[in-house]
Amino acid sequence: MTDLTKLTLAGALGGMASGEFSSVELTDAHIDACEAASGLNAFITPTFDLAREQAKASDDRRVKGEVGRLEGAPLGMKDLFCTEDVKTTAASKILGDFKPPYESSVSANMKADGMVMLGKLNLDQFAMGSANETSCFGPVINPWRNDEDLVPGGSSGGSAAAVAADLCLGATATDTGGSIRQPAGFTGTVGIKPTYGRCSRYGIVAFASSLDQAGPIAKTVEDAAILLESMAGYDPKDSTSLNEPVPDWRAACGQSVKGLRVGVPREYTMDGMPKEIEKLWAEGVEWMRDAGAEIVDVSLPHTKYALPVYYVVAPAEASSNLARYDGMRYGMRVEGENLADTYERTRTEGFGDEVRRRIMIGTYVLSAGYYDAYYLRAQKVRTKIAADFRNAWETCDVLLTPTAPSAAFPVGRKINDPVQMYLNDVFTVTANLAGLPGISVPAALDGNGLPLGLQLIGKALDESTVFKAAGALEKAAGFTAKPSKWWS
Amino acid sequence: MFIAPRVADKKDWLSGDTGDWELIIGLEVHAQVASKSKLFSGASTEFGAEPNTQVALVDAGLPGMLPVVNEFCVEQAVRTGLGLNAQINKFSRFDRKNYFYVDLPQGYQISQFEFPVVGEGEIEITPEDGEAVMVGIERLHLEQDAGKSIHDLSPDETYVDLNRSGVALMEIVSKPDMRSAAEASAYVDALRQIVRALGTCDGDMEKGNLRADVNVSVRRPGGELGTRCEIKNVNSLRFIRQAIHYEARRHIEILEAGGTIDQETRLFDNVKGETRTMRSKEDAHDYRYFPDPDLLPLELTDEFIANIKADLPELPDARKARFVEQYGIPAYDAGVLTADKAKGDYFEIVAGGRDAKIASNWMMGELFGALNTAELDLDDSPISAESLGGLLDRIADKTISGKIAKDVFAKMFAGEGTADVIIERDGLKQVTDMGAIEGYVDEVIAANPDQAEKAKENPKLLGFFVGQVMKKSQGKANPQAVNQLLRAKLGL
Repeated sequence: MTDLTKLTLAGALGGMASGEFSSVELTDAHIDACEAASGLNAFITPTFDLAREQAKASDDRRVKGEVGRLEGAPLGMKDLFCTEDVKTTAASKILGDFKPPYESSVSANMKADGMVMLGKLNLDQFAMGSANETSCFGPVINPWRNDEDLVPGGSSGGSAAAVAADLCLGATATDTGGSIRQPAGFTGTVGIKPTYGRCSRYGIVAFASSLDQAGPIAKTVEDAAILLESMAGYDPKDSTSLNEPVPDWRAACGQSVKGLRVGVPREYTMDGMPKEIEKLWAEGVEWMRDAGAEIVDVSLPHTKYALPVYYVVAPAEASSNLARYDGMRYGMRVEGENLADTYERTRTEGFGDEVRRRIMIGTYVLSAGYYDAYYLRAQKVRTKIAADFRNAWETCDVLLTPTAPSAAFPVGRKINDPVQMYLNDVFTVTANLAGLPGISVPAALDGNGLPLGLQLIGKALDESTVFKAAGALEKAAGFTAKPSKWWS
Repeated sequence: MFIAPRVADKKDWLSGDTGDWELIIGLEVHAQVASKSKLFSGASTEFGAEPNTQVALVDAGLPGMLPVVNEFCVEQAVRTGLGLNAQINKFSRFDRKNYFYVDLPQGYQISQFEFPVVGEGEIEITPEDGEAVMVGIERLHLEQDAGKSIHDLSPDETYVDLNRSGVALMEIVSKPDMRSAAEASAYVDALRQIVRALGTCDGDMEKGNLRADVNVSVRRPGGELGTRCEIKNVNSLRFIRQAIHYEARRHIEILEAGGTIDQETRLFDNVKGETRTMRSKEDAHDYRYFPDPDLLPLELTDEFIANIKADLPELPDARKARFVEQYGIPAYDAGVLTADKAKGDYFEIVAGGRDAKIASNWMMGELFGALNTAELDLDDSPISAESLGGLLDRIADKTISGKIAKDVFAKMFAGEGTADVIIERDGLKQVTDMGAIEGYVDEVIAANPDQAEKAKENPKLLGFFVGQVMKKSQGKANPQAVNQLLRAKLGL
């Protein structure tokens, strides 16, 4: 039998539908791959026994003719999604052995669609990081390497690495400033952050509520569409969820881009960005033109403020969202001499450096006397960034940009330089600030043999166009490279 | 920030060693919304449940749990705002007030800071010893309550009950328009009556679902405003008055001794009748308010507000005036009967088509007395308004006397049935047959010849004969007829 882990999600769903193999066989193949890849440290909590049970149950359902959208597909779950009775850590110490008595709406949707869950995937602690190095369970290693161990990007580093290494057919992820798209770019996978409000935030450990959005990391654009169709949908339990029908995105992937207006925002470049990325971007523009799209130069003048705005707004919300981890009701507690001391010890030991740094920044920017200068001003600039996009949509339908200003970098290289680390998000944070859908598509290998991604940003609720353009880009790029299986 | 143009009545001035002082009082009243579920969760709000049995996941601050606003609570806030003659803000927003405490599971309270749902309004109050005054309302906003810390179950541990966590409160902030303790307590009483009439809050101060933070300062009459102190969580009208009296005297003593008032938050000790420092201004929290990103702003349509307005009941003040006007009862009675909606509704049924003063007397006398003794609310009265009306009808049509009616009432209260059933069963119908009454009169006179003789000189003995005749008739003889016959037969 061929290696079942090489299949795409679409291919695997087809194979099970035509009876070529069962979910149990497919799942076992992936569990074997996961066990062989422990060196990548992609999983925090593997749930292989549960996966086998779910695969068995899925095969039984299939016999009865009950076939869900993700029926029998072994997938990974970022450990930021609360999963009923399965340990949920957010890669932190402070959550301890917390087992939620509830299921996130996104994972519940996927369960209802027949998903088989292989386990909970590693990430940056509380999704704060761009290299998956802030996890208290250790860094995730990128399956792509270049003499030394590289980071897979973050915060959804476990999701990206697991998909790139064929440990699962796809994975859930979340994106607050680029946490789906940047790791997808670093690992040669596809990652889409949909419009804010497409996926319910109910049951996802919150980082920055006004920016957090769930989405998939997948092997292909079509696989991403299949996964997102399952994950998305209106949820009355999340007041910011959008009451909009979920379109047939899978169908959009193969549609022609003839006449599509693709905007190229001149501001999406950065000092010190490798020439290769500039070149790839220009190549991407040509691919789209060749596919029949019309290329339009656009300007998003407030782009340069996006990163500073993001690093005010996101920590502000985080400082409040993470206040609940106080050692009182669940998770770890370090007893102190009195209540204040217990809070201090618990939170000092329970949170890592990066999380503490952001809580402090967030607390500062919300403080009396600083609120207007930082938080309020950032919110005002945020509306200008959103307005830039609205202006752009007058002349184009979708934007094409690089995903990140570099390829994957060595583990440990930037961890002690937060500003360098934050620059990873420079091209991705804008979509979060404006609530727009953005996708990263693998486009080429750089001179070191590492994958580079291109990003497409679309109008709010217009994922269909994003998938259409991404499909065309994927086809033109013809990216088929896979990392060598050095880890097994 | 505040201006306080009105100068208190001279009778309310407080005299010190160096001259007169005037009190300036503003209140923040927390009124629990009468809602079955919490402001942002479906958990029950019922009073008195076992600790931590009414806690939704979001009320306990579990990871990833999100608030969803309870529209019913918003409606109640708007209703209350309309009852306070206040501006309803079509745009309002929920903010987070951040601070750490064991009974605050999320690490923040969801409140409304910059854009409250209700803006400025005003109500008229009448203190017991004075004239009516207008009190301005600054704002009303919605917020969630915290849980309850219990410090006295263990010497070194604190227990936390989250049943209250997330319960909807309306914080009603007055302008600093009150000038005496009597005015402050009349204001809280008036608010209580309004929210009860509207049905938006039970207004039960004992259960803590209406409580006040009292801001007190003193100044020379009409002079510059002084520094204020805030007395937290005072939960009865009497304590509000006591706390104000104590605090005013404390300020005056400090100022007259040449000291200054520290702006601080104080607690009222209702055993000692004193206030004491809780935290000074320097210790005040920086709450880091910011808009709650988990919730959308509240945007109310004109239609939503109009529907609530159309459904607004008559408020206590208007109803009181109408009772005086329409039923001709004294203002005092009208005040008592409109203190809450149930009483007013009950009265209107009893008084409908009957003598309203008699209806009012029976309610305020017999009925409220019996309910009080039985420790029952009017809602749980064993005698319905219709039944009480039925009893009054039997007095009016002279089927029974007022005296017998009291016995019938007692039996009705004991659940023995309607007035008609009891009168029939116990044969209490008043005897109006002159022949029968004459028989009793003759028998009594015949049995007491000496007394009958004496009565001619001493008409006061008539009372004795009336008593005897009534006894013989088991109270059923018509008293007027008995009187008339006895006077004739005794030659009075």
